[in-house]
Amino acid sequence: MPHPAILHGRDGQSDRFGGVIANSLLMIRRNLQAELRQEYARHLSRRWFFKDCGVGLASIAAMDLLGQGAQAAPAPISPLAQKRPQYPAKAKRVIYLFMGGAPSHLELFDNKPELSKWDGKLPPPELLQGYRAAFINPNSTLLGPKYKFSRHGQSGAEISELLPHTASVADDLTIVRSMKTDAFNHAPAQILMSTGSQIFGRPSFGAWTLYGLGTENQDVPGYVVMQSGAKGPSGGLSNFGCGFLPTIYQGVPFRSAGEPVLYLTNPEGVSDATQRDTLDVLKTLNEERLATVGDPEIAARINSFELAYRMQKTAPELMDISREPQHILDMYGAKPGEASFANNCLLARRLIEGGVRFVQLFHEAWDHHGGLTKGLKEQCAQTDQPCAALVRDLKQRGLLEDTIVIWGGEFGRTPMVQGGNDGRDHHPNCFSMWFAGGGMKPGLTLGGSDEFGFNVTEDPVHVHDLHATLLHLLGFDHTKLAVKFQGLNMRLTGVHGELVDKLLV
Amino acid sequence: MILRPPTYLFLLLISLASAGAAERVQFNRDVRPILSDKCFHCHGPDDKKREAGLRLDVRAEALKKGESGSTAIVPGKPDLSAVIERITTTSTDDIMPPAKMHKAVTKAEIELLQRWIAEGAEYQGHWAFEPVRAPQVPQVAGAAMPVDAFIRQQLQKQGLAPSPEADKATLIRRVTLDLVGLPPTPEDVRAFVADTSPQAFEALVDRLLASQQYGEHMARQWLDFARFADSNGFQTDSSRSMWPWRDWVIRAFNDNLPYDQFTVQQIAGDLLPNAAQDQVIATGFNRNHRINGEGGIIAEEWRIENIIDRVETTSFTWLGLTLNCCRCHDHKYDPFTQKDFYSLFAFFNNVEESGTIQGASNRSGGNSVPFLKVTSAEQKAKLDALQAAANAATKAVRTAEKDLPKLVAAWEPTLADSKQVAKSAWQRLEPESVTSKFGATLTRQADGSYLAGGKNPPKDVYVFDAAMPADGASAFLLECFPDPSLPNQSLGRHPNGNFVLSDFDVFVQKPGGKPEKQVVAKASADYSQKGYEIGGVVDKKSGRGWAIDGPTKRDPRRAMFVLKTPLPPQAGAKLLLRLRHEAITSHNIGRFRLSWAAADAGEVKLDGDTSLAEIKLIAAIPAAKRTPDQVKRLHTFFRANVESPLRAADQALAAASSALTTFEDTLPTTMVMKEAATPRDAFVLTRGEYDKPAAKVTMATPAVLPPMPKGAPLNRLGLAQWLVAPENPLTARVWVNRAWERFFGNGLCKTTENLGSQAEYPLHPELLDWLAAEFMRSGWDMKAMMKLIVMSQTYRQSSAVTPAMVAMDPENRLLARGPRFRLTGEVVRDQALALGGLLVPKIGGPSVRPYMPEGVWDETSKYGDLRGYKADAGDGLYRRTLYTIWKRTAAPPTMMLFDAPTREICTVKRSRTNTPLQALALLNEVTFVEAARGLAQLMIQKGGTTPEERLRYGYLRATSHELEPAAMAVLLKGLKERLAWYAAHPEDATKLVSQGQSKPAEGIAVPELAAYCTTASVLMNLDRVVTRQ
Repeated sequence: MPHPAILHGRDGQSDRFGGVIANSLLMIRRNLQAELRQEYARHLSRRWFFKDCGVGLASIAAMDLLGQGAQAAPAPISPLAQKRPQYPAKAKRVIYLFMGGAPSHLELFDNKPELSKWDGKLPPPELLQGYRAAFINPNSTLLGPKYKFSRHGQSGAEISELLPHTASVADDLTIVRSMKTDAFNHAPAQILMSTGSQIFGRPSFGAWTLYGLGTENQDVPGYVVMQSGAKGPSGGLSNFGCGFLPTIYQGVPFRSAGEPVLYLTNPEGVSDATQRDTLDVLKTLNEERLATVGDPEIAARINSFELAYRMQKTAPELMDISREPQHILDMYGAKPGEASFANNCLLARRLIEGGVRFVQLFHEAWDHHGGLTKGLKEQCAQTDQPCAALVRDLKQRGLLEDTIVIWGGEFGRTPMVQGGNDGRDHHPNCFSMWFAGGGMKPGLTLGGSDEFGFNVTEDPVHVHDLHATLLHLLGFDHTKLAVKFQGLNMRLTGVHGELVDKLLV
Repeated sequence: MILRPPTYLFLLLISLASAGAAERVQFNRDVRPILSDKCFHCHGPDDKKREAGLRLDVRAEALKKGESGSTAIVPGKPDLSAVIERITTTSTDDIMPPAKMHKAVTKAEIELLQRWIAEGAEYQGHWAFEPVRAPQVPQVAGAAMPVDAFIRQQLQKQGLAPSPEADKATLIRRVTLDLVGLPPTPEDVRAFVADTSPQAFEALVDRLLASQQYGEHMARQWLDFARFADSNGFQTDSSRSMWPWRDWVIRAFNDNLPYDQFTVQQIAGDLLPNAAQDQVIATGFNRNHRINGEGGIIAEEWRIENIIDRVETTSFTWLGLTLNCCRCHDHKYDPFTQKDFYSLFAFFNNVEESGTIQGASNRSGGNSVPFLKVTSAEQKAKLDALQAAANAATKAVRTAEKDLPKLVAAWEPTLADSKQVAKSAWQRLEPESVTSKFGATLTRQADGSYLAGGKNPPKDVYVFDAAMPADGASAFLLECFPDPSLPNQSLGRHPNGNFVLSDFDVFVQKPGGKPEKQVVAKASADYSQKGYEIGGVVDKKSGRGWAIDGPTKRDPRRAMFVLKTPLPPQAGAKLLLRLRHEAITSHNIGRFRLSWAAADAGEVKLDGDTSLAEIKLIAAIPAAKRTPDQVKRLHTFFRANVESPLRAADQALAAASSALTTFEDTLPTTMVMKEAATPRDAFVLTRGEYDKPAAKVTMATPAVLPPMPKGAPLNRLGLAQWLVAPENPLTARVWVNRAWERFFGNGLCKTTENLGSQAEYPLHPELLDWLAAEFMRSGWDMKAMMKLIVMSQTYRQSSAVTPAMVAMDPENRLLARGPRFRLTGEVVRDQALALGGLLVPKIGGPSVRPYMPEGVWDETSKYGDLRGYKADAGDGLYRRTLYTIWKRTAAPPTMMLFDAPTREICTVKRSRTNTPLQALALLNEVTFVEAARGLAQLMIQKGGTTPEERLRYGYLRATSHELEPAAMAVLLKGLKERLAWYAAHPEDATKLVSQGQSKPAEGIAVPELAAYCTTASVLMNLDRVVTRQ
């Protein structure tokens, strides 16, 4: 059975055809065939619910409804069942540490000693031709880096003094200093980074991953989102939305305060036993209904209530970091009962271990238009240790090999000053990210920028290129992981994106 | 993948061979599928695979003489057409398609092709772009209505029989949920089941269509199309008020406004002659898009984004077309060009708007211009009265003004001695030095104000030192002015043009003494930004300081600071004033001026005059030598400061105007479309980027579709008329297709979001066209179409599934059975409230705040007025879900679980999933727990005295059906177990029945209520309850 994504995938020829009529003829035929295949897949998935979901006696009666051939059915397809990627993949899971608000590359990963010499001077005019800035008059003076860099590890990666822990795992990291994006306001840039488009309504990278790979543990959501910092991402829910994919693929926010998943706990006064009793009665009645009406959707509904019940058990256990030994808590700087980025990093590891496919942490705290020196120091103090601990912990558990860790914001910051003498504005032309594991080449620092860290001069990596590369690591050709919507083959990378070979092991 | 032949063939066959013997062959329906399947592989559009140079997908090509010398298709002459020869030949070498392709043409197909060529071999374009023509209704035995005739004709062809009519209880539940989105009451069910008259069902349908809940239910979907929300979206996502538009939609559906008018009013109601208030409110459809207020954005870029949103939303909603691609390039599949896109864009390009939040504040929310103040009839009367009073007062002023020169002449001689006038007026405070503490430059301007420049320190302090005035001082006036040199040409120095004054400190330094701080007792201002009121400058507890909405408002502002103890005149003393900006970084005042009022000035006025010194100089000039400007200033001063009949008239006018604006401020507003006086030019934008205009375009509809109707104006109104012109092939098809989807789960063409050339070829194309034609023939009567569909036998069939049906038609596209699918999230919640007896049926009004888990709003935005969610007390908790306040970046979480879109963009189709997270919400969310308790109470109070009676009542209420003995046994057993359990655990029982704000009914034993509560939860979660079947 081929991967379902390929069934929808673009043929590659359609673009070449001339003539509207010709196109429509072909597309009608293709639509019909794709439709047929989809129907058949759905048909099989229903059969799977009967076979594998333990719906009791009634389901046996229902199975007869399906006629012959049930035994010979190929592998089951539930929308979230584990699926094989298009080709053998290096990575199976993703942890995305989204540094919302956009950290300054100039103080963290892109060392620009020359910029210090320009401090207080106007930039050369040719640098600013055609440049748009969010807030500042682009013709503002340059601001020298506020922190020092040194080289670390065998690889000699240049890392800021603000990130001593990150520096200690330098040889496991792949640092890209040549990231580029198209947007310079928070919401659109985050949406671009998360969904491959500034236009709202597209599926997020996490949703595509779940759509492509399914999930390993049906008792917890396959795509989990957590947040720390001042607030959630500026782009809102769309950062982890499913766009036009079924809502089953959207990120499920796990909350650091209150119940980890919305409505996870029983109402007060309903014990676990009472809930189970209620569900048993419900199940019996629904099974009777299934026997009478025969609609396989009823089996699916019975199943979803059972999954919910199991999730009520599994999720709190996964989210309970007090089960971790003290040395692990110390390693991350995590404290049970607190809401922090450190706790979220540890939770990310627990969730990944528990079979969650994609974990995304939003830490929205880096928008340093002013108070850069102090703000960076504070945020690095909160995030440096847990980030490094996560990499080290995954590695010691053998998980780093097939888990991609991603660290980065939605854009960079200007070398020009803003807000007196201690701030930087939004900057889309050049910024830095780092990656670890999952087939990214460890110890590599890729790309470079001009003496101001303003424009990329070497090995540019656009957001679309990054997406193409990440999908490749997960086993997908980004041009083939596509879904038909509104008459078009939609992809994470739109009509863009080039695989960045240099980043791969 | 191997497809099993039965499934595969059956679906392909549906689209084949539909033409009856007498009917004319249609290319799209009958011929295209044959050619496409059997011929195009080698004789189609792909020139790399084309054999013998023959192309059959383009008529002109097919009619050309081929390489072999023969002609593939000769219109009217099948015998001379090589196509026919080659598919009928007995030669195994010549037969087409070649035997190795295993695609032999059937006898029936050959006959069809022959007939088609005989009839002229006419090709057709994409089916949905062809004019709508009502096809003949087939004669099918047993089909009572045209809808059924079309459906049953197909069923017969597939050898399937329709299902029998559903039982009456199922029918009433199905049609009630479908038309009003609420379940029928047990009384409704019993009455309907008992009514054996043949008209019973029709009477029921008529009653439902006439109910006010019909409009609410229909509006719900339209809100998704219109991306309606109560917030502006993006980073801050502050509030807006569009509920008057939402209420208009409900009214329009309830009044059965014909769809053509429904369309015209929403697209261009403002352009109708003598547009009524409602017609203007309707245009809010195209103002429901998000508006970005994020700091630092480029207004024009977002104005363009908003217009593009309008083009896309309008084309999705009315035309079922995906035009987004044309933003950047010509469409790859549909015959639409980038120029078409920007020509449509031009229709929406002339609204008086900036692209960012304007007329409102990004943080405190509100509506952006243009907007309309909405009045009820009563409010309108009051408004008119206040307006009349203001007009009368204006007239009185005009009359009194005639005496002005005389009055001034009489007063002038007294000016020199007029101590009181002098004292009550503000006098310019001339400083000895004015400096910025942190290095900004403050430069004196011609009008005595100081303009800040140079460095903008994070938290500046302006140091203003002056000699104590000769008359002492009791108050100070701070005037702030906009200046072109300031960011946003506004009043403040922050890049957004705002300032925040945190402190106004007054010190007095006597000769040789230390500065002594004075107490400012009171401050007032002519304008304060919401949350940054002037009082905050004096009272540190009440706010962070004074701001003036600099990003959106650029008017001069004044603030007055009154000292607790007036300062007596004192020679040699110094006044040290300090303007501090310590609340928010870089929010410093841009240009300001200070004045003082004398120690014995009495009551000073914020709007008091500041120009006494100049006036005295003017008065000293002989009257004949004064310039007109000087005369004007003298007059102005007199009017503002000297008691006279004119001043009384002025004051009366001010009072009347103030009463008018105060009342106007209480009126709700709603955003609307409004054309600017001067149209803006529109351009094709290269790669869709706002700053890359290419060729200029004018308003025009897409070239491939029929032109605008004769006489239609070239503006939005003309565009609206074009949308609903009978020649428009899409509007009616799109609407009926979605109406069908509403009732049957799938559209006749399944891609209801797109009828472009990538759309599915409809399984019942004639039915789709018949419905579209009927819709237009009926005068675009939406209720009539709803009725027509639900009255059909097809709709009324039982939804029970047989093995044959599952095997043949898993998704029920052929409709050999009734439709069955999960309810939308809104209906799931509304139903729970109704079953629990909690639903508050009030229609319309501002959005409400039902229960929501803590923190959901605050997770997405740090600023803005939509934070710190607090649920309403009382009715707001129990209104229908379409009234729930909708913050786009943090949409109602339960609705999100049930597949609702975020409303950030137009969504015409929701997915329909079935997830564990939904199950958790249904079991555990407080709304559903409280509703279950409500149902439990009703079971006990209304059901009867025995558990059996009560279960029967609860089951009937929840499912509309009588409880069967087997299910009764299961429920009874569970109930008894939990009765025992809660009797032993009374504390748990109390906790359970205390969920939610409504109080549990008195007089019911708490453990009993708790046990029934869990049973009610079972009933409300039954598959047959969350499903409409």
